[in-house]
Amino acid sequence: MSIETIFFFETVVSGLMTGVMYALVALGFVLIFKASGLVNFAQGVMALFAALALYDFISPDGWVYALFGFTFPVWAGIILTIGVMIILAWLIERLMLQHLVKQEPIILFMASIGLAFVLEGVGDILFGSDVKPLDIGIPQGAWDWAFDHGFYVEKLDLYAAAVAAVLVTVLAVFFHSTRIGRALRAVADDHQAALSVGINLRTIWVIVWSVAGVVALVAGIMWGSKSGVQFSLSLIALKALPVLILGGFTSVPGAIIGGLIIGVGETLAAVYVGPYVGGAIENWFAYMLALVFLFFRPQGLFGERIIERV
Amino acid sequence: MIYRETGQFKATYDADQAIFPIAQDRWFVWAVMAVAFLVIPFVIDDYWAAAVFLPLLTYGLAALGLNLLTGYCGQVSLGTGAFLAVGAFSTFKLVTMFPEMNFIVVVLLSGCVTAAVGVVFGLPSGRIKGFYLAVATLAAQFFLVWLFNKVGWFFNYSPTGQITMPPVSVFGFEITGPSATPAASYLFCLTFVVVFALLAKNIVRGRIGREWMAIRDMDIAAELIGIRPLRAKLTAFAVSSFYIGVAGSLYFAVWLGAAEPTDTFGIDQSFLVLFMIIVGGLGSVLGSFLGAAFITLMPIVLKNTMVGGLGMEVVTAKHVEISLIGVLIVFILIVEPHGFARLWQIAKEKLRKWPFPY
Amino acid sequence: MILKRMFGTLAAALVAAPLMVSSVSAYELVMPSLDYRTGPYAPNGIPWANGYTDYLTMLNERDGGINGVPIKNVPCETAYNTKQGVECYENVKDTEPSRALMVEPRSTGITYQLIPKASEDEIPIHSMGYGRTSAANGEVFEWIFNFPVTYWDGAAGILKYIGDQEGGLDNLSGKKIALVHHNSAYGKEPIPTLEAAAEKFDYELLLLAVDPPGQEQGATWLQVRREQPDWVIMYGWGVMNQVAIQEAVSIRYPMDHFIGIWWSGSENDVLPAGMAADGYLSAAFHAAGDDFPLHDDIKKYVYDKGLSQGERDRIGEVLYNRGLINAVYSTEAIRTAMEIHGTNEVTPAMVRDGFESLKITEERFKELGLPGFTYPIEITCANHAGPRKVGIQQWDAEAKEWTLITDFYDTMNDIVDPLIEKDSMEYAEENGITPRDCS
Repeated sequence: MSIETIFFFETVVSGLMTGVMYALVALGFVLIFKASGLVNFAQGVMALFAALALYDFISPDGWVYALFGFTFPVWAGIILTIGVMIILAWLIERLMLQHLVKQEPIILFMASIGLAFVLEGVGDILFGSDVKPLDIGIPQGAWDWAFDHGFYVEKLDLYAAAVAAVLVTVLAVFFHSTRIGRALRAVADDHQAALSVGINLRTIWVIVWSVAGVVALVAGIMWGSKSGVQFSLSLIALKALPVLILGGFTSVPGAIIGGLIIGVGETLAAVYVGPYVGGAIENWFAYMLALVFLFFRPQGLFGERIIERV
Repeated sequence: MIYRETGQFKATYDADQAIFPIAQDRWFVWAVMAVAFLVIPFVIDDYWAAAVFLPLLTYGLAALGLNLLTGYCGQVSLGTGAFLAVGAFSTFKLVTMFPEMNFIVVVLLSGCVTAAVGVVFGLPSGRIKGFYLAVATLAAQFFLVWLFNKVGWFFNYSPTGQITMPPVSVFGFEITGPSATPAASYLFCLTFVVVFALLAKNIVRGRIGREWMAIRDMDIAAELIGIRPLRAKLTAFAVSSFYIGVAGSLYFAVWLGAAEPTDTFGIDQSFLVLFMIIVGGLGSVLGSFLGAAFITLMPIVLKNTMVGGLGMEVVTAKHVEISLIGVLIVFILIVEPHGFARLWQIAKEKLRKWPFPY
Repeated sequence: MILKRMFGTLAAALVAAPLMVSSVSAYELVMPSLDYRTGPYAPNGIPWANGYTDYLTMLNERDGGINGVPIKNVPCETAYNTKQGVECYENVKDTEPSRALMVEPRSTGITYQLIPKASEDEIPIHSMGYGRTSAANGEVFEWIFNFPVTYWDGAAGILKYIGDQEGGLDNLSGKKIALVHHNSAYGKEPIPTLEAAAEKFDYELLLLAVDPPGQEQGATWLQVRREQPDWVIMYGWGVMNQVAIQEAVSIRYPMDHFIGIWWSGSENDVLPAGMAADGYLSAAFHAAGDDFPLHDDIKKYVYDKGLSQGERDRIGEVLYNRGLINAVYSTEAIRTAMEIHGTNEVTPAMVRDGFESLKITEERFKELGLPGFTYPIEITCANHAGPRKVGIQQWDAEAKEWTLITDFYDTMNDIVDPLIEKDSMEYAEENGITPRDCS
């Protein structure tokens, strides 16, 4: 294979990996949208919040150490952070969601931006705004074996892909084979019908937001390992939006496949088209790509068909 | 007791169809106009102009523009930041290419350019609906900002891509540039805002406005009664973008004086303006301005009370401010999802019956 | 009714707030600081703000201010946002009793916004190593100072270092140099310089823009990997720095061929990449570390009394020291203004004169407790950028320390000067400014 061909494959692989990272964020959006019809812009801030909390549990810089003089091992930190996210989900349901039932989607969207502000402010007050180098032992850097053979692939990305695969499998099993999962799907199908067969909508919401919190934690760990945990992490939500329109807001496989398409598309464009038009085209290219797909399927690749009646 | 329409008889259709059919409303509006035109120009200083009134007016106009599209025609757009940029860059190019052109004409032309761009990016609305359309307008947002950042012609090949507004005078008064008096800049913007607010009020009461509202309420039904959806949507995009373009022109030329595409016209501007119309009230001209007032003044009031009044640390105050704004937004959406405009309506209803509610 | 009451309170708060601030009797030197301790750039803004404020606090505690006149530090939070920056400027500029003696915007975007306003309001602006490079021409920019060094000198200085490593600038011919830059006014600053130099030295320049904030740079670094440039220069800020260094590590780009500008060379930027960032280079115009006598004074007068917002173990970080030197320049300018005008109650216009005749010698730096911290400077009417020297520092990941590996040296004035002349004259023309005569 010529150098150029190898490089082309490198670009595709790197794009796929980037796509996985986007999909991790998009996944949280899909879960919440399915259950409560809300495009949760706060998902990015939730990822930041979760990563900050985790950092504080496991690092000697955190305030757990400052208060009690010890830190938790990584696994305990993760479990505790999941606990924090569950409490957060419960609070959000109590204070916000239950009061916003039956509102227009745009109102819900705006409310989630409001929520993002709150979490951002509270996160800053609680954890401070320094860059926190999060290291939970995920190896980073080029994969040596492949690199020696002239092929570059990032280890962290490989782990992210593996984690994403596990996550999606677990979620699929959870949705299909557990009682709660079935209730969830019922809620996603039709709120009223679900209520009428005795499903407690509010409990379901808390569960879904908790699961989204866990997904946010995973995304936070992966993105945070790369750049350190800091405020900018919250802006990854913007990266998830084109993935969502492409994949459809209601589909978990859509989020994954949408992420992969966007990732590969924008990386290829940036590498092969970017230099000719002056670079930095990733951002708008992702949206344009999504827009092109929308012309053929206005509800996204895997979204539910919109049926309109007069 | 004071506010009631009993006894106000109307003898002509014209009187019946007036924008403010109730006399008290008319007086109120005239009083506000009198204060805005005759009192504020004499007391305004640099701080109040730069921090309060110019933001209020320019954002108010942008919010009004977005409200025409989102509130009246039901098409959600997140491209406001980019359309502001189109207005701003058109102004910059026109002013630097034709320095003799009257600045009022420049502003209006900038609006027209933006309207044309808006129509192009409104085309997907023929096929894509709802939130999918909102995210599709983000494509416009990112693409246009990238374009203004990359193509040297737009910023006259300045080494950094910054654009700076040269001083411009209208009727002998300097209104842009650092030596313009706050009163002149303020009055210039105010005139535009008042004229266009009046125009908007009339557009939405007329045939076009009714078409828009029909599309918003149910586009299929509207189509059945003979409204062409794409045409209605595109007119909405055009008019809305025109407004936003004019706002962008004032925003850059009069208020800021210098701009940089990524920072000044970013995605956060789009969200900010959308916030204004949601908090102010979708489908209400007054609401656009109430929302703009709330979103621009809230941080300043919070900051001044917390730092100046309560003596809080600046940083803590900022963090608390961000959280509080978030809480307030959620709170308002929960208490009154139809925004301040609806509260205003309720207040008027109550006032009619006061002091003897039945 | 609710609405009316609400607006009532709002109005009351608005009116009351400015009143409460202004209750001062004796003369004070108003030095505003436009901090950003929140937002995406907070990790960089915090140490800077701490260094600046700590120095002022220390002067107040140790000497009772400058020549006995206390300093009134007025912080205002900009979140690195241009509009909030302008609001802050308007808010602080007329603070009693002296008005703002100078404004340091700490952001290139805000600086651009304030250049015309401050010139009109007659308040000096000091943008230290950022802002508009051509403000170096004091004949056009009477109120703007950007010493001790500018972006363009930074680029030229880095090139010169590269030339030294390659065994002379002539050896640059045929080499490939990439610029990874923040896609904003700031990041685009060095491009004209590098392009002019590319023509002269015949190297190939590769421009790679990264959209802010720069959380995802996979594609950018794939291009670096494909093109294999001999050197990579970075003009980044905030999260972009951390991600870029991490990605460079991933593609195994040699760290000692990767040079950042002084805004891409702080502890924050290299720490997330861990040991792998060892050897990363950056330009600098002052030293890092907390072993200068001044730092002891700060610990004694500020931290021992609990008067700082910062943490003791972060004293001496690169950006903290940058805050310090920023405060040193400004307070020395005030001191100079007091000398030349013979009064302790200086005004912004006098401080401008102070900036313009500012001269800090080696000796003076020693007295200030900063021996060998940076190079001596001298500002004149025509030259607002001072000596414009650069040094190169290297990151030692083992010791977690930045060390200067070169002396501070002159960059390539023959390339930068004509560019400054051209750009400032264009500005003068666009804005109808007649350059004053400095000779």
